Amino acid sequence: MNHVAYMYGTDWGMGQFPICSVWLLLFSPLVAAALITLFTKERKGLSAALSIGAILISFALSLRLFLLFALKGIQHQPHPFEWLVIGNTVRIEFGMTTDALALLMLLVVTGVGLAIHVYSLGYMKGDPGFSRFFACMSLFTFSMLGIVISSNFIQIFIFWELVGVSSYLLIGFWFEKPSAAEAGNKAFLTTRIGDVGMMLGILLLWSHAHTFEFSELRARLPSLNLSIGTLALIGALIFTGAMGKSAQVPLHVWLPDAMEGPTPVSALIHAATMVAAGVYMLCRVSWLILPSETALWFIAWIGGITALMAATIAIAQNDIKRILAYSTLSQLGYMVMAVGLGGPTQAMFHLTTHAFFKALLFLGAGSVIIALHHEQDIWKMGGLWKKVPITFWTFLIGTLALAGVPPLSGFYSKDEILLLAFERNHVLFIMAVVTAFLTAYYMGREVFVVFFGKPRDHHAFDHAHESPWVMTLPLVFLATLSIIAGWYSKVPNFLGPPHEAERHSVLLTGGLILVPLFGFLVAAKIYWKAEPSDAPVKAALGKLWTLVENKYYFDELYHWIIQYVQGTIATVCDVFDRWILQRLGIGGLSVGTGLLGRTVRLLQTGSISGYAFLIGLGVTVIIYCAVVR
Amino acid sequence: MTSGITLNDYLLVSGLLFALGIAGVIIRRNALVIYMALEMNLNAANLALVAFSKFNKLVEGQILVFFIIAIAAAEVAVGLAIIVALYRRKQSISVDQLTTMRL
Repeated sequence: MNHVAYMYGTDWGMGQFPICSVWLLLFSPLVAAALITLFTKERKGLSAALSIGAILISFALSLRLFLLFALKGIQHQPHPFEWLVIGNTVRIEFGMTTDALALLMLLVVTGVGLAIHVYSLGYMKGDPGFSRFFACMSLFTFSMLGIVISSNFIQIFIFWELVGVSSYLLIGFWFEKPSAAEAGNKAFLTTRIGDVGMMLGILLLWSHAHTFEFSELRARLPSLNLSIGTLALIGALIFTGAMGKSAQVPLHVWLPDAMEGPTPVSALIHAATMVAAGVYMLCRVSWLILPSETALWFIAWIGGITALMAATIAIAQNDIKRILAYSTLSQLGYMVMAVGLGGPTQAMFHLTTHAFFKALLFLGAGSVIIALHHEQDIWKMGGLWKKVPITFWTFLIGTLALAGVPPLSGFYSKDEILLLAFERNHVLFIMAVVTAFLTAYYMGREVFVVFFGKPRDHHAFDHAHESPWVMTLPLVFLATLSIIAGWYSKVPNFLGPPHEAERHSVLLTGGLILVPLFGFLVAAKIYWKAEPSDAPVKAALGKLWTLVENKYYFDELYHWIIQYVQGTIATVCDVFDRWILQRLGIGGLSVGTGLLGRTVRLLQTGSISGYAFLIGLGVTVIIYCAVVR
Repeated sequence: MTSGITLNDYLLVSGLLFALGIAGVIIRRNALVIYMALEMNLNAANLALVAFSKFNKLVEGQILVFFIIAIAAAEVAVGLAIIVALYRRKQSISVDQLTTMRL
């Protein structure tokens, strides 16, 4: 059958499904979250069972929908219901989209989410907030599923905000730690900045089209005759939403700080949910962005810059999770760049494979952290590969997949994006290749420092132990997916037509294979020894090292901006409020009234003659006015 | 009735009387005199009413005058009683000294 027609959900298939299956899929995590919060907070086992059961239901239903669509071409019939009605002009449906894009994303979210939920059983064991954790995870899953099946802008925006709220709850999960509470705030506020842009974009689009529905908008967009500028502005504004959620420069600062949350949360945010939401949304509304050259250009460059910048920062980080966080930024940059280069299909492909291996890497890092009793500094690890073999091998698979080593999934998806960049924009292509090299390099550094060499902290090393099966099983599951996800070469075709590239030379593909290998080689040369250290790189890079070690001073810059610019504005507002409004406005009014009262009081003399005179005068004036005029 | 006296003449006299009354109320200090000036105002109005009544051949004006005279008599009784009471209390009926109703 012709998948192209179903690409982004304009027309609907013929299959008849039970009405409830998508609703059940969406709402079961919400029900679980509600039940846990209301009834089973004290019973940890039951809470976890509810949460995992809910996502299992979602996963099973997603898998069923996906297989039915992929194998038999049966598509779920949508059953939207009327949701918000404002006057006669605005009717918003609570709709559902079940096209190829949504089905693939549902599968990724629920599949990776399921692995992370199971893993959390082990990771969060003994935590006093165990039940609360699972409730938040379920809420997070629900919000993300809501974004995936949204069929209009308002629906997607509301779930978008729900994702923001649940990420706030989870990043700040250990809220008794001030740094975690601050990281939660930072994530929420930074993404809000992007969301405001997105809302403006949605409203601007509405002011022209008077509808929020994706399908209607898509059909009517050509007939609206929007000017190039308006179209570019709408595209760029909606992209700012993705910029916040998918942590693109300059709104990327929250993502590394989000490491303050428990590791499963990091995995969930970085792989399947939050950051994927931005890229998914861009793909969902790609029909809106693709017609505008300017918007595409903007998106592609933001993506490219993010990819390269994050990769350079990652080479100088010392926290096992922070390195992965910057690697996520970098890979998101790839995806956004792919969208900007006109390839949402490639972006989704990379999003899918990335979800698998990045979740794997985070969970592996979590396993190492637990093994060393919450140690996150890579320089206190070392020689761990014999101690935690399953974690090591799965982590290695994740690393190779992330770097894009051939038989693994990352290679296929990254290759697609690089080839796309090669076709469309050579500068971005070079940036992407450098990023690919750096990716292999910093991942190599992490692996060599953490798992090889001599143990540097003997006490921790001696007590290190492999994690329980609830943690290793998800690792193996995700490792398997990381290996095979790219083989099913129909994944990109499933989403849309294979991109009509002229056959690339073997030389180019061969060269691209060599890039990550070269990166690993360099990393091995520097770090694969008994006592690895950053010293040689530090010496070679000089000032540059300080720059990347401090993340290009973005946080300092923002602090400065907030301190001086926002501080100045706040002072001006304060002065205005205190002196103009309070003293002049309110104070002036009260003093004026008082003075007027005092003045008028002088008229009350108590003298009858005076009153008589005034009455006479008044009557005369009234009569004069009445008679003469 | 064919004399040269017109409505305007009556009204002029009435107006003058009224103005005199007002002036008396404003200028004089003695409460009794102010009272008399007030009576003058009433009678100025009476004169105007009677004149209108005569020239317009309407009897209602004269009926109204009777009412005014009757009410003025009642009012004089009350007013004089107040003045007597005031005098007993303050030993004075000069309104200059009766300015307690002020701040």
